[in-house]
Amino acid sequence: MEQASLSIDAVHAGYGDFQALFGVSLRVDPGEAVGVVGPNGAGKTTLLRVISGLIRPRSGNVRFAGQDLAKVPAHTLPALGIAHVPENRRLFPHLTVEENLRVGAFTAAARPHFEARRDHVYTLFPRMKERRHQLAGTMSGGEQQMCAIGRALMSGPKILLLDEPSAGLAPLVVQQVFDLVRRIRQEGLTVLIVEQNVAQVLRVVDRAYVLETGRVAAEGASAALAADPVIRRSYLGGH
Amino acid sequence: MDPFLLEALVNGILLGGVFALPVLGLNLVFGVVDVVWLCYAELVMVGMYAVWFFYSQMGWPLPLAFAVCIGLVAVLGVLLHLLVVRPLLTQPPINQVLATGGVLFVLQGVATLIFSTEFRALGVDMPPMEVGEVFVSGTKLAAFCAALLGAGALWAFLKFTYVGTAIRAIARDREVMPLMGVDPQRIYLIASAIGGALAGLAACLLIVQLDVHPFVGLSFGPITFMICVMGGLGNMLGGFLAAFLMGLIISVGGFWGTTELSYVVAFAFFIVVMFIRPQGLFAR
Amino acid sequence: MTAPLTAGLLLVALAAVPLLGPPDYLMHVLITVLLTALAGTGWAMMGRYGLVSFGHGAFLGIAAYTMALLWNEAGLTPWLGIPIGMGVAVLAGMLLAYPAFKLRVVGHYFALVTLAAGEIVRILIVAMREHTGGSLGLTPAKPPPGAGWLAMQFDKTGFWYIALIAWALGLVCWFLLDRSMSSRALAAISEDEDAAASIGIRVTSEKMKVTVISVALAALAGALTAQYRQYLNPESLAGLGISLQIVFGAIAGGMYAPIGPTIGAAITIGLEEGLRIFFGTELTGAAPLVYGLLLVMFMLFMPRGIAGLFERRAQRRATPAPAATE
Repeated sequence: MEQASLSIDAVHAGYGDFQALFGVSLRVDPGEAVGVVGPNGAGKTTLLRVISGLIRPRSGNVRFAGQDLAKVPAHTLPALGIAHVPENRRLFPHLTVEENLRVGAFTAAARPHFEARRDHVYTLFPRMKERRHQLAGTMSGGEQQMCAIGRALMSGPKILLLDEPSAGLAPLVVQQVFDLVRRIRQEGLTVLIVEQNVAQVLRVVDRAYVLETGRVAAEGASAALAADPVIRRSYLGGH
Repeated sequence: MDPFLLEALVNGILLGGVFALPVLGLNLVFGVVDVVWLCYAELVMVGMYAVWFFYSQMGWPLPLAFAVCIGLVAVLGVLLHLLVVRPLLTQPPINQVLATGGVLFVLQGVATLIFSTEFRALGVDMPPMEVGEVFVSGTKLAAFCAALLGAGALWAFLKFTYVGTAIRAIARDREVMPLMGVDPQRIYLIASAIGGALAGLAACLLIVQLDVHPFVGLSFGPITFMICVMGGLGNMLGGFLAAFLMGLIISVGGFWGTTELSYVVAFAFFIVVMFIRPQGLFAR
Repeated sequence: MTAPLTAGLLLVALAAVPLLGPPDYLMHVLITVLLTALAGTGWAMMGRYGLVSFGHGAFLGIAAYTMALLWNEAGLTPWLGIPIGMGVAVLAGMLLAYPAFKLRVVGHYFALVTLAAGEIVRILIVAMREHTGGSLGLTPAKPPPGAGWLAMQFDKTGFWYIALIAWALGLVCWFLLDRSMSSRALAAISEDEDAAASIGIRVTSEKMKVTVISVALAALAGALTAQYRQYLNPESLAGLGISLQIVFGAIAGGMYAPIGPTIGAAITIGLEEGLRIFFGTELTGAAPLVYGLLLVMFMLFMPRGIAGLFERRAQRRATPAPAATE
């Protein structure tokens, strides 16, 4: 299972004059679920964008399944097995649910599996099947999040990157989204999840990193982090 | 109903069909690449010359001349993208428009050099048909049907294929496309080729009803842009409907006044639409 | 204050040109360059603030035809006909521009609205063929003997001075605008209309001001061109073709420097004449071909035009100009 391991080593990255990441290192082993938590503006989204090639690190490197991603164009990463559910979901609101899934299966390797994977997505999220001919933009936030995850699964990924899946959702819906993440995990998929909702995410992942102003401030097993008094005070509202 | 008015209505719809193809092509390119091809009507002009040359001068069968024309203009669309548009993608829109305006002059100049300013006619005509009380030009009817077929094929492509779906998706959100495994540059090329092919098909339908000369593009280019904008730039369905609306305005306007004044009415209508609904008549 | 001094010297030098006894052909080319430069200068007044009009040809045509028809049908001298024609053109420009600005028609949409307006004027000229001669064109009536002055029909030397004054007027307008507060307001508007409005700039009225100047100069150029050629036709005085040529000249020369459109006019006219001399009339197609290639090249490699090459050096010390790439 060497093939699905992701490692990030001393990555510096940013936009123009603004630097968002200062030497971040991180590792996700195959089959693992790892969380990255931290306050707004800590560089969590930038981290995922570096992994999926949308921005290039200024220094440091990103390796997936033993391959250096520095020279690989972003659009070839889904074929390598990386799927990224971006911040704010970024569905195509004017396309139907099923058409969104079709775009998710765009790569040559994914096309032959379109029907099988679509049906699998429909069993994971039965609501999607009911709404498959509905325009994605007309669905509720939670349904859109599920559709975005479904779209990412269509490429048959080895690792799933999730950017703030709970953002803007009602507490009950947040619960449903995390339940789904747990089920996806159980199917053996490697998951890297970025969240502000620390309490929830620590219940889903095995390990987590705490990112603060572009640096890794703490890391460890979820249970250990959840018990850490500093973390509790800063992120879990405990005492 | 007055049979002449009825005839004007029918002709308006037929005219709309002719407008529809270049409008769809322009909208496709604009929606995907976000660049207005100011030389679009000149691509059609090149296609018209191609059909005339291969059919009238080389004696090829008409269907073969049509096929070569469509392929040729599709290649031109790709070249236009690679040589002119792609290097300007990060420039302000107006520079892109002006550069394609330069291509407009180039194509006019090349056509003048090769074919001179003489008007060339294909000399193909089909007998008129009588439907009820109305006479309909057989050529125009055939062109109309072909235009509808072309539009239908485009719709099916956009609706049912992976690339077509990606084309519709990219029009809304460019940045997220690489996450879907889509190379935007490749989609731009495909859209440019299809945009060119539609101009080629439009050329086939126009050359049977219109003489070609190097400046023929100026006679239908401006109205094509206006229809696009009226329907909402990048909005394929809106453009398609607006093409028929403009066709009707011009044809029915010509029934009450002169053809020239009907064009004035159509253009004035366009300006008013821009003032009232700048996002296009059919924007959702 | 070196710029006005240089300009003054240049003007004196140009005024002396007929004294050198140049051949008629050269005078003809020079007059055409000045009048084309005037139209380009007018266009660039708007163009450099991001108001790209594809319909300026219409204003040439409105003024030229108004003037010619007043002379042919009412016997009104072009000396009055030209200001009236300019007035009509400005009125038409305002009628189009006011709602366009008020309703925030910008960018592509503004270009296409002006394109439509230009086409309307061209078609109207053709449609009113009983008066305008349609696409065959129109010739101003010959004046009664001895009244050439009244008909504004001069030899080349006389017209050289008229063209020179008109051209200088265009540059004066440019300098005056540059020195006014409007210039800064317009630069701010072209960068960010909302931000400009939020700091109290009256967006619509500033845009209207520059439109009036721009249209008036283009209209003057159109009327004088018609008067100089003693021939008017819709293709060369209205419509998309001529509008794009005006735009091309201004862009090629550089629309951010006062002398840019003049350089552009010298290039376009020089090109046209040069191609005709070297290749003869059967290669007329070569002119638009070369234009077009140049236009594409300029956009690809030199979006600020030829004048931009000089300006960059001068402006390195001063504040950065509004870049073409914004």
